[in-house]
Amino acid sequence: MKKYFLLLLLFSILFVSCSNKDNTIDEEYIPIPYSLKVPELFQQKLIAPLIPINNPLTEEGIALGKKLFFDERLSKDNTQSCASCHNPRNSFTDNLRFSLGVDGVSGTRNSMPLFNLAWNFNDKFAWDGKELSLERQALEPVKNPIEMHSSWSNVASRLQQDQEYPLMFLNAFGTERIDSTLVTKAIAQFERTLISGNTKFDQYLLGNTSLNQQELNGFTIFMSEDKGDCFHCHGSNNNPLWTDNDFHNNGLDASFNDLGLGAVTGDPNDNGKFKSPSLRNLVYTAPYMHDGRFSTLEEVINHYSEGLQNSSTIDPLMKKVNQGGVQLTPLEKADLKAFLITLTDDDFINNPSFQN
Amino acid sequence: MKKIIIICLFFALNSCSQDRDISLSPVAITLNFAHSWGEDDISSSDFDELKFTNENEQTLSINRLRYVISEITLIHESGEPTVLNEYNLVDLTNEAGLSFTTSESILPGDYVSASFRFGFSNNLNIDGAYPDLNTALFNVPGLLGGGYHFMQLDGMYIDNNNQEAAYNYHVINAFDGSNSNDTVETSFSVNIGGLTIGSNTNINVKMDVSEWFKNPNMWDLNEFDTNLMGNYDVQLLMNQNGSSVFDLVSITQ
Repeated sequence: MKKYFLLLLLFSILFVSCSNKDNTIDEEYIPIPYSLKVPELFQQKLIAPLIPINNPLTEEGIALGKKLFFDERLSKDNTQSCASCHNPRNSFTDNLRFSLGVDGVSGTRNSMPLFNLAWNFNDKFAWDGKELSLERQALEPVKNPIEMHSSWSNVASRLQQDQEYPLMFLNAFGTERIDSTLVTKAIAQFERTLISGNTKFDQYLLGNTSLNQQELNGFTIFMSEDKGDCFHCHGSNNNPLWTDNDFHNNGLDASFNDLGLGAVTGDPNDNGKFKSPSLRNLVYTAPYMHDGRFSTLEEVINHYSEGLQNSSTIDPLMKKVNQGGVQLTPLEKADLKAFLITLTDDDFINNPSFQN
Repeated sequence: MKKIIIICLFFALNSCSQDRDISLSPVAITLNFAHSWGEDDISSSDFDELKFTNENEQTLSINRLRYVISEITLIHESGEPTVLNEYNLVDLTNEAGLSFTTSESILPGDYVSASFRFGFSNNLNIDGAYPDLNTALFNVPGLLGGGYHFMQLDGMYIDNNNQEAAYNYHVINAFDGSNSNDTVETSFSVNIGGLTIGSNTNINVKMDVSEWFKNPNMWDLNEFDTNLMGNYDVQLLMNQNGSSVFDLVSITQ
């Protein structure tokens, strides 16, 4: 009988120790659910943001994601974090045409600004739509040789040795064991909280401020089919995202060095198509276009006015391509720029929740 | 004998009761939207190629086709109308909204007529009111009367200079900005005819896209290709051509 008792005791100790090794806690901590702070206009005008059921937002997950977003240990030599190319002060992009990786090598695409990502309902991210969720997007830069040039096993190992991370992962996801899946889930949670919804134009639509005549004229040009005709791709007073999150060939080139969406889908009809970026915070996101070819807003406006290039996949919404563009006068260009600047959200840029 | 009669009556009444319960339970109906160019069925795989020829002998492609339908209306044989306060965005470009099952339910039975509306009637064409359509950028600018597009049909065609040129056949309410902002309703009702609504009714409808360029107004894309939203007269022509684009293919139960 005593022998059996000892055996039972041994088994009990073995199970307890296995349980500890599995990094779970006896009484599982339940992370606190978090609801996005959806701006009033978004509530009025848009359908609810998209949160994947396998990665619900929690306060612990977001806090962990923020710490990871700014952590340079995600790169090979501990010199770069996500924020290196997605700086909050630049609306989560940088001011370079092409960002430099840890080895000093530049990429071929301009770093995209990050905000209002939970309203990207097609769930296709990056200029060419190749990333089919925020979580998958976050997997890529760490191992990309021209970006962070690390490996997920190295990153997980480094983070595992940190004094704070294991407990943060435990509280956010119920395990101390760190891997790429949980790291990217946390980063995606933080990224979904990056909401820009407080521009001068937002306040104008809410009746809290007024626009000057030049800004109003610019909005009219933006919304006129026979002038700027910007609204078909970039939204209106009824869509505060200022993007359709879709892919278009907007007449940048007559032939393509970069196939964009076409390289992802393999469909030649998609060659030269890139995602429409939001027009929010343009003041902070120069240079512009997928390859950062335009340094100023004036250059962008000139492109649509006189600089369109025809090609096999040109979007029919670039309707005056045979005349080079919509042919705005200098005054109309200035008005349009004045309106675009009303889409600047300084509160977003300075939001302490989004800073390191 | 008396017992047998009572048992028979019980079963007979019970079975009647079950039939009536099933037949009177409100049901959803499904509208399926197919598309053709004349006799040829088309899908998004036919897009982006200059493969269509309109009645005016102009070669064109389709790059984008999406439209909204609303106000599914049924007139019961008793004369009572049922109007479903729903709408659906059909987006052939992304193969979305091609099959639409109503959220609201309808009593099964015989209906002397059924219809849906292409676009929105004026009282439902409320600026910014529909979040999913706002998200899809289907809005019409306020300076053209606001509300929503009824259809966006975009593509390229070969113009008189033998160059590829764009067309944007966008249907909205006709808006006359030069005449006290006069607006003419250009949405229209598509009559399906009488039908019986059962427990699984599918109404299969087809849009012949070529009809937009054909009947009764032969369309010259060289004349009317882009900037058509604010063209009051052209919107009325589009409305006329729209009357023949939809056909009822079948109703299945």
